Amino acid sequence: MWLYEKKLQYPVKVSQCNPRLAKYLIEQYGGADGELSAALRYLNQRYTIPDKVVGLLNDIGTEEFAHLEMIATMIYKLTKDATPEQLQQAGLGDYYVNHDQALYYQNAAGSPWTATYIQAKGDPIADLYEDIAAEEKARATYQWIIDLSDDPFLNESLKFLREREIVHAQRFHEAVEILKEERDRKKVF
Amino acid sequence: MEQTSIKYYHPYVSPFDPCPPKRIKYYSTPPNLYIRFQPMNTAQFPIEEALYRGTLWKCLYDPYPPKREEG
Repeated sequence: MWLYEKKLQYPVKVSQCNPRLAKYLIEQYGGADGELSAALRYLNQRYTIPDKVVGLLNDIGTEEFAHLEMIATMIYKLTKDATPEQLQQAGLGDYYVNHDQALYYQNAAGSPWTATYIQAKGDPIADLYEDIAAEEKARATYQWIIDLSDDPFLNESLKFLREREIVHAQRFHEAVEILKEERDRKKVF
Repeated sequence: MEQTSIKYYHPYVSPFDPCPPKRIKYYSTPPNLYIRFQPMNTAQFPIEEALYRGTLWKCLYDPYPPKREEG
């Protein structure tokens, strides 16, 4: 189970109504390498990975939900009270038709989230390598969004999330090293 | 130091697990996990055998470990 703290992991401040930026950001909400995919991928792989790295997947998967919540807040603020005309001009006309102002798990091009974005192979090394790749791809995605963003406050939060991807990739690499260790070999110091 | 390409661990077993527990589980750690750049002039399989095995290089050959079974 989880305990919930009623605050964001890192503050989210948005300087202006900008539905077009929300359209790009939704990639990290419901895209293949987005935070939903990450959280579900890690928390699901926990069950069939060696005991020594279960806790890591648990912790990182949990943090991904905190990131998801930050992205949701950004999208919500960027589109809050925008008129249908504004949404249409930002390329979100078809989104408005389907969802009004509601948040929805889809990528920047409008494809809905699908479980085919994530894998649980059962082979611990294969699963961890997928996780590392996902972190690296998410980091690049954050940078491409920053490249298109002219909101300095929002970019602060995005840079925080971009850095977390590095930390997570590092931890997954360390998990691979743990699984590579020869367990019964005596360590000589 | 020669590496093993199969690792095993003892998963947690609950007294309430309905299926008979497997107390040892295995996973594959193939040799490519331990080689950064393959060194020059490492041992080779005879050419016929290499075609059969999928690699010329002995240091890269690894069968997948057998399915997890009671150890």
